[in-house]
Amino acid sequence: MYETKYHKASSADEAARLLAAAEDGKFLSGGQTLLPTMKQRLAAPTDLVDLSQIDAMKGITIDGKKITIGAVTTHAEVASSSELRDVCHSICDLAGMIGDPHVRNMGTIGGSIANNDPAADYPAAMMSLNAEIMTTKRTIAADDFFVDLFETALEDDEIITAISYTVPSKCGYAKFPHPASRYAMTGVFVSKNVDGTVRVGVTGAGASGVFRHEGMESALAGTWTADALKDCTVDANAMLSDIHADGAYRANLVKVLAGRAVASSC
Amino acid sequence: MTTVSMTVNGKAVSGDVEDRTLLVDFIRVNLGLTGTHVGCDTSQCGACVVHVDGKAIKACTMLAVRAEGSEITTIEGLAKDGELHPMQAAFKENHGLQCGFCTPGMIMAATEFVERYKVSGIELDEAAIRKELEGNICRCTGYHNIVRSIEDAASKM
Ligand SMILES: Cc1cc2nc3c(=O)[nH]c(=O)nc-3n(C[C@H](O)[C@H](O)[C@H](O)COP(=O)(O)OP(=O)(O)OC[C@H]3O[C@@H](n4cnc5c(N)ncnc54)[C@H](O)[C@@H]3O)c2cc1C
Ligand code: FES
Ligand code: FES
Repeated sequence: MYETKYHKASSADEAARLLAAAEDGKFLSGGQTLLPTMKQRLAAPTDLVDLSQIDAMKGITIDGKKITIGAVTTHAEVASSSELRDVCHSICDLAGMIGDPHVRNMGTIGGSIANNDPAADYPAAMMSLNAEIMTTKRTIAADDFFVDLFETALEDDEIITAISYTVPSKCGYAKFPHPASRYAMTGVFVSKNVDGTVRVGVTGAGASGVFRHEGMESALAGTWTADALKDCTVDANAMLSDIHADGAYRANLVKVLAGRAVASSC
Repeated sequence: MTTVSMTVNGKAVSGDVEDRTLLVDFIRVNLGLTGTHVGCDTSQCGACVVHVDGKAIKACTMLAVRAEGSEITTIEGLAKDGELHPMQAAFKENHGLQCGFCTPGMIMAATEFVERYKVSGIELDEAAIRKELEGNICRCTGYHNIVRSIEDAASKM
């Protein structure tokens, strides 16, 4: 790892100021993506501004059907929150499928979303749940937030402070983990809203990162069963294709996992 | 250089580190506690697992400066008064190690999740043990006996 200077921030404002003063700084949250990248010398920030100890960005708030999760809340905290599980167990299940227990003890929802790895789990949920990403500058709808592989609508000095969504009437997540890395080879999050509309978020599969599948959304709005998906098509040419799985394989996974997500939803 | 202070295995320690120093290097190089291993440079193998404020984390994926003020337990801190911790004893009795390189990480991971399951009241069956070991890789692939060791220790902890 190249040399760097560490700063601990106690508020989002202070963190933004520290980053502005740095030559080529980066925010550090759980460090479970950024530190491995720095160890490989694929990133060399001059300064690290640690967000993980900002109290105002920690924890889960449940207000009826409205859920707010602070950006530095760890995957383990989301997975093990019994209050959240009571109102929306799918998000807890998803958090419990990320990486391994040690990664979950450190990694955070804000870091995961800001990183927008095409194989990360949370982006699928954010798209499907129509989540709002709250930052130090504005509120961004998930549909506008995830731009491309590892690219988001965030500006360099903009900090995610929390995410927020309304619990749908039904939702579920199914993931096919890569056997070695545990990242999603494909993961599908499905939600059915109170007004009958459906949103399907797909991660791990799309050549431009997380996406929604409108064909499946209208099929599921008609009938909320795995069977309703049988005539849907997923374009293999729009999928990632690599040594782990080619486009056709991933396209098939999208359909299979969407069906499983619906079957497991409640 | 930055001076960091923390409690390691019940003892107050401090040292001067560069900001880029990983917690695992502070533990191994500054403190000379070489039981915590480094088995990869991609944060995947779990040989470096220690407890920070009671949570199992990969010491190769945390900066030493970030651990300022925390309570850390390493493999060296498990035995009490010359008696092996039940998890250590179970690994010994059940042939839970071959070369032993992954063992400190396995044991630190296992002591944490056995405790966590006990507190939550969820049954720790074989499938759960295997799932909890997802972040720990054994290059000798001795998983069957590792699982057996943990089952044995869990019944005694
Ligand atoms: C072995 C291993 C397995 C993994 N498996 C999975 C998996 O199966 N699924 C999965 O989804 N992920 C997986 N991950 C990644 C993990 O979930 C990370 O925790 C996550 O991607 C990044 O979160 P972090 O808090 O660690 O962020 P960091 O690594 O600290 O930061 C990541 C990036 O986000 C930026 N950032 C962080 N927080 C903010 C914020 N609040 N506002 C703006 N920018 C911010 C940082 O500047 C950095 O560029 C795995 C990681 C490892 C090491
Ligand atoms: S050395 Fe830490 S995970 Fe491999
Ligand atoms: S015993 Fe050799 S690596 Fe596990």
